[in-house]
Amino acid sequence: MAEDEKINKDSIIEIVGLSKTFKTKNSEVNALKDINLTINKGDVFGIIGMSGAGKSTLVRCMNFLERPTEGKVLFDGRDLFSMSAIELRRTRQEIGMIFQQFNLLMQRTVEENICFPMEIAKIDKSKQKARVKELLEIVDLSDKINAYPSQLSGGQKQRVAIARALATNPKVLLCDEATSALDPKTTRSILALLKDINKRLDITIIIITHEMSVIEEICSHVAIIDNSQIAEYGTVEEIFSHPKTQSAKRLVHPDGELLDFHGQAGKHVRIVFNGNSSFEPVISNMVLKCKAPVNIMFADTKNIDGKAFGQMIVQLPEDNTLSDKMINYLKTQNVELEEVYDFV
Amino acid sequence: MILFDSQTILMFLMGTLETLYMTLVSTLFSYIIGLPLGMLLILTDKKGMHPIAWLNSVINVIVNFLRSIPFLILLVAIIPFTRTIVGTSIGSTATIVPLVVAAAPFVARLVEQSLQEVDGGVIEAAHSMGASPLRILLKVMLPESMPSLLVGSAIACTTILGYSAMAGFVGGGGLGKIAINYGFYKYETEIMWITVILLVIVVQILQEIGMKIAKSSDKRNI
Repeated sequence: MAEDEKINKDSIIEIVGLSKTFKTKNSEVNALKDINLTINKGDVFGIIGMSGAGKSTLVRCMNFLERPTEGKVLFDGRDLFSMSAIELRRTRQEIGMIFQQFNLLMQRTVEENICFPMEIAKIDKSKQKARVKELLEIVDLSDKINAYPSQLSGGQKQRVAIARALATNPKVLLCDEATSALDPKTTRSILALLKDINKRLDITIIIITHEMSVIEEICSHVAIIDNSQIAEYGTVEEIFSHPKTQSAKRLVHPDGELLDFHGQAGKHVRIVFNGNSSFEPVISNMVLKCKAPVNIMFADTKNIDGKAFGQMIVQLPEDNTLSDKMINYLKTQNVELEEVYDFV
Repeated sequence: MILFDSQTILMFLMGTLETLYMTLVSTLFSYIIGLPLGMLLILTDKKGMHPIAWLNSVINVIVNFLRSIPFLILLVAIIPFTRTIVGTSIGSTATIVPLVVAAAPFVARLVEQSLQEVDGGVIEAAHSMGASPLRILLKVMLPESMPSLLVGSAIACTTILGYSAMAGFVGGGGLGKIAINYGFYKYETEIMWITVILLVIVVQILQEIGMKIAKSSDKRNI
């Protein structure tokens, strides 16, 4: 119980048993089914899924742009369902949000855009101006203070949107596919900015994306959403090294085709390298030691937070004694091992 | 081409000024009534920020009803109403009443159309910042649709000008009266054509000014 209380204290967003059903004339669509999720303060929490999986709906349930059909959403310990319209609007000022299409006010200058949430929060005009300068420095766009959005590039627009979202000192920043409309280079600079904001301003960041690279680049935690449900969630390290569900495996290796080893001769094992083990020539050593060749079916490495994560599928020789010997050898090494029959 | 005496020229000048007076004042009043109506239509719509089904239906029925009556018939039909408001049913000022009654619902539709064009994403962003529906309407939807609203007002203005000329048939003032009195009743075709040319020029000028202002207010392509 004491343990539970501690967890709840650190959580900024807690979602319990959340479902969302959209009613259309002829049918009902379950956009989200029984979502349970805890996001802690200071996390960079990624939510990844294919398009149509329900991830955009989920992030909108966090600030009640979409009202869930069932379940509970707690923001900083406060139940959003129990709030009046005015309380909810005040709470939204503590939750910044940025979007794929930036959603800037096209008839307002950069400065006026950033002032907008402060006008809503009824902050002094003079304080607004000072805050705009501060924010533009954070997003490195001070020279564009009087520009209109139409005069900015996509990356610059998103920087303005980020500055605007931070204007009222929110505790959380929701990012809905914030980099999906940007080229790879701009994406990286925006992600670096988000990471910097997370560290420097201690703002919890929630990122919705369909790109695994975004998760790899900045997230500490990830939830995989598939078919309106959370397939699995945990730290990025955990999910990348041990994807348990099919949907997680598909996302970790988006280009991988399904390899089916049923009926093929020889055992197939999946070897997961983590941290230091990737620097040792484990496979070569094994081949030299057992004096038999292995067939590498698949190999991949990813660099997550400075650590190398790799995995490899190898086909072992048909001879059982030989393959057992190899398995035993691998078990003595600092790698993880499992026999597999198919692989995505 | 005959040269006109100074009296005829003065008549044209007065007619033009009267037409401008009727048009501009009617446009102003049409917006005073039509703008809030258009905003209410957007706000109370089924998919609006504050749906009120009955109010939306009532406004829609009134707007459709008034818009489906041909202007000339409306003009005659509301003569008693015009008399109670301005005391007479003849002259330029009296024409403003039916012009506003006919144009306000038209303006409401134009405003509704313009506000509908505002990007839903921007409205969503404003919601995410905790803005109230009224603030979103006044601070986001109106300013964001300003160029479109101004184009709409130029259209409204020129349409009202066209209606005002029609009012010449039933005792209204301005260039319409001149065209009917001289061109229709006295067969002085030259004078009628002059009024036609003057009307075309006035429409062109109003249209140009409206479009120029609309364009310069638009920050989307600078």
